[in-house]
Amino acid sequence: MALYLSEDQAMLKDTVAPFLAENAPVKHLRSLRDSKDPVGLSKDLWKRFAELGFTGILVPEADGGLGLGHVEAGIVLEEIGRNLTPSPFLSTAVAAVEALKAGDADLRAQWFPRIVSGDAIVALAIDEGAKHRPGSIAMVAERSGNGFKLSGKKQFVLHGHVADMLLVAARTGGSSGEEAGITLFAIPKETAGISVDVDRLVDSSLSARVSFDGVQVDADAVVGEVDAGWAPLTKLLDAGRLGASAEMLGVGAGAMDMTFDYLKQRKQFGKLIGEFQSLQHRAAHLYGEMEGARSIVIKAQHLSDDGDPRAELFIAAAKAKTGKSCNLAVREGVQMHGGIGMTDEYDIGLYMKRDRALNEFFGDPHFHADRVARMNGY
Amino acid sequence: MSMSDLELFRAETRAWLEANCPAEMREPVRDDDDACWGGRNFKFKNQAQKQWLDIMAAKGWTVPDWPKAYGGGGLSAEETKILRSEMAKLGCRPPLMSFGIWMLGPALLKFGTEEQKLHYLPPIARGEIRWCQGYSEPGSGSDLVSLQTFGEDKGDHWTVNGQKIWTSYANKADWIFCLVRTDKTNKYQGISFLLFDMTTPGVSTKPILLISGSSPFCETFFDNVKVPKHQIVGELNRGWDVAKYLLGHEREMISGGGLGEGLASLGAAFPDAAANEPVLRAEMAMFDVETIAFRAHSERFMDEWKTGRAHPAYSNLMKYVGTELNKKRHELVMAAGGSDALEWESSRSKGGAKPRTWLRTKANSIEGGTSEVMLNVVAKRILDMPGA
Repeated sequence: MALYLSEDQAMLKDTVAPFLAENAPVKHLRSLRDSKDPVGLSKDLWKRFAELGFTGILVPEADGGLGLGHVEAGIVLEEIGRNLTPSPFLSTAVAAVEALKAGDADLRAQWFPRIVSGDAIVALAIDEGAKHRPGSIAMVAERSGNGFKLSGKKQFVLHGHVADMLLVAARTGGSSGEEAGITLFAIPKETAGISVDVDRLVDSSLSARVSFDGVQVDADAVVGEVDAGWAPLTKLLDAGRLGASAEMLGVGAGAMDMTFDYLKQRKQFGKLIGEFQSLQHRAAHLYGEMEGARSIVIKAQHLSDDGDPRAELFIAAAKAKTGKSCNLAVREGVQMHGGIGMTDEYDIGLYMKRDRALNEFFGDPHFHADRVARMNGY
Repeated sequence: MSMSDLELFRAETRAWLEANCPAEMREPVRDDDDACWGGRNFKFKNQAQKQWLDIMAAKGWTVPDWPKAYGGGGLSAEETKILRSEMAKLGCRPPLMSFGIWMLGPALLKFGTEEQKLHYLPPIARGEIRWCQGYSEPGSGSDLVSLQTFGEDKGDHWTVNGQKIWTSYANKADWIFCLVRTDKTNKYQGISFLLFDMTTPGVSTKPILLISGSSPFCETFFDNVKVPKHQIVGELNRGWDVAKYLLGHEREMISGGGLGEGLASLGAAFPDAAANEPVLRAEMAMFDVETIAFRAHSERFMDEWKTGRAHPAYSNLMKYVGTELNKKRHELVMAAGGSDALEWESSRSKGGAKPRTWLRTKANSIEGGTSEVMLNVVAKRILDMPGA
C-alpha cells in the first residue's frame, strides 16, 4: 500500500477537518478553560462524533462499528490535534477499543455499543508514577470471592473524573518487571472503593489520580485472560501510542502553519521576518522534521492495519519521532513569534502546552528510543 | 498489463536470471574498483563481469525502462520494478555503473534530438562509452550559474576554454557532458549543454586528493578545445534548463542512497559501545529512531513522486535530510569505534575504511547542492517564504 491517503481516506479527512475547525476550534478549548468547566470536555461534541461515526471507526463491524483502521482513526486524531480539541477520542475510541477487542462476548456487548453511541467515556488507569513505566506495574489485584479485590493508586488518568469505565492494569501474579501476572480489568467507575482526585494539567485537560481501596470486582471484569493481560495491555498501549503520534502530527502542523503565516506577515527592520535567511533555514529544517514524523506515522499505521509484526518497532519509533518533531515545532513557534508568543492571548502557547502533555502520554521519546534499542537487540 | 501477465513476467525473469547471471556476479560489489563501469579503456576484472554486461546489454536490461530503439529493454514501470526486485533477491550485481545511464541518459531522453538519442544512447546502454559531468568550477560551487568556462562561436564549432572541478572519474571517462557559457551578457540564459570527447586536443585532467585520501574527483582543464556545433543538447543558451533537470535527478539519487544500509541498527552493529557506554547508547537509540523515520520518509516520497503527488522541489528536502543523517551516522560510528576507528592504513582496518568513509561523508551535504542551498530552495519553493 502506497504511503498516502486512499480516496476514501481523503474523503474522510474532508469531512473531519471542516467539522472540527467549525465545531471545536481552539476557542472551544479556551472557553472550557476560562469557564473552569468541571467536565473539561463537551459531551455534546462527543455525541456529534458518534453521529458522524467517528467513535466506531476501530470497532469491528460485528460489534456495531465501522471496522476501519488506524489510518482512519489517525485522520480524526490529527484534526483533534490541530484544533487542540479536548476529547476522550484517543482514550475511548482508540486505546480502549483495541483493548476490548480481546474481551469476551459479554464484555464486548456491554461496552462497544455504548462507546459507538457516544454514551460511554473510558479512561485508562495504567501509570503508577510520574513516568510511563507499564513494565513495572505494582498495583495488586487479590483473588477474592468470585473475583478480585484491587488496591493501589493510578495517575495521569485523563478524563478519569467523568469516565464511565476505567481500564485498569494490575498484578494478579508474578513480580514487578514480569509480563506474566498482569491482568487488565474493565471496571465501572461507580464501583465502591474508587476515589478520584482531579486536577487541571498544564494543557487545561483534566486528569485524575485514582485510588482503589479494596475495590471488589467480579471475574467478568477481566479483559482477556487472568495473568495474561500483557497482550491486551500491549494492544491498548500501542494503539494509544500510535494515536498520540497522529494527534501530535496535528499539534505540530498547527503550530508550524501558524508560525509560517506569522513569518509572512510580521515586519521588522523594514522587512518581513520570513525574508531573513536564518529564519528561513530553521523553517525549512522544521518542515523536514515534521515531514519525517508524518512519514513514520503513516508507515506505522499501515503496518498496524496489516497486522505486520514490525508494527511494534515502528510505533515506538513513531512516538519518539513525532514527540521530537512536534516539540521542535512548538518551541520554534513560540520563539519565532517573539514577545506575542509568550502571551496567553495568542494561541501558539496553547500548542506548546498540549505538546508537553502528549509527549508524556504513553511514554516520551526517551522511553520509546530505549524500546527501539531493545527491539534492535541492545 | 494484467496481474497474471506480471506474475508470468516475474517467473520468466527469475528463470532467465538464474540461468544467465554468473555466480561471481551474485556476490556483493566490494568497492569502486570491483564494479563494472565500462568504457573504451575499461579492464574487466574477469570473464564473468564481461559476460554479465554483454548478456544484459543484449536484452536491453542495463537500461530496462529505456525504449528498445535506444538500447533499452522497453519495459514498463511495473516490469522494471519486478526485474530489479528479482535481481535483488538473487543478489545479482548491477551489470553496469554509469553516469551515462543515471544522468546524461535522462537528459537526452528529455531534451535530445532523435538523431542524438540514436547516436549516444545505445553505446551508453552497452557500456562502450563512459561519461563524466562537467558542472562545478573553482569559482562556481553553490553559485553554479556564475560559471565562466567559455565557448567562443567559430561558425561551425565552439572553441572552449576554462576549468572544471570535482569532475568524478574525468581521468577515466571517454566523453564529458559539460556546462559552457556561450553568452557572457546573460547569466541564466547564456549557458549551453555541450558534449565532447575527452581525447579532443586541449583536454587534460588531474586527480584531487581529499581529506579522506584518493578520490574519483578531478580537475579538468580546457585549452582551445574544438566542439562541433551539433554536439549541443537542447537549445543554444538554454543549457541551464537541462542542468536543473539533471540536478533534480542527482538529488533524488543522493537522497535515496543516503542510507544504503537500510534499517540496519547502529547500536546492534557496536554491541560493546551499546552495552558499556550508556550515553552513547542513548544517542545511538535516538539515531535508530531517525533511521527508521527516514526510511519511511523515503518510501513515502517515492510513492508520492511516482504518482505526481510530491512537490516538484521535494527532492531538495530529501537530499538535505538524508545527507545530514548520513553524516550523523558516521560521527556515531567513529565514536563507537573508538581508537580502532582511527587506524588509517592497516589491513586490520581495511585501509582505514571507517575514518575514510567518515571523512568522505562530509562531502554529502556539499556535493550536488549544499545543505544551505537545499534549505533556501525548500523555504522559497515549498514553504513560499518571502524575499528574492
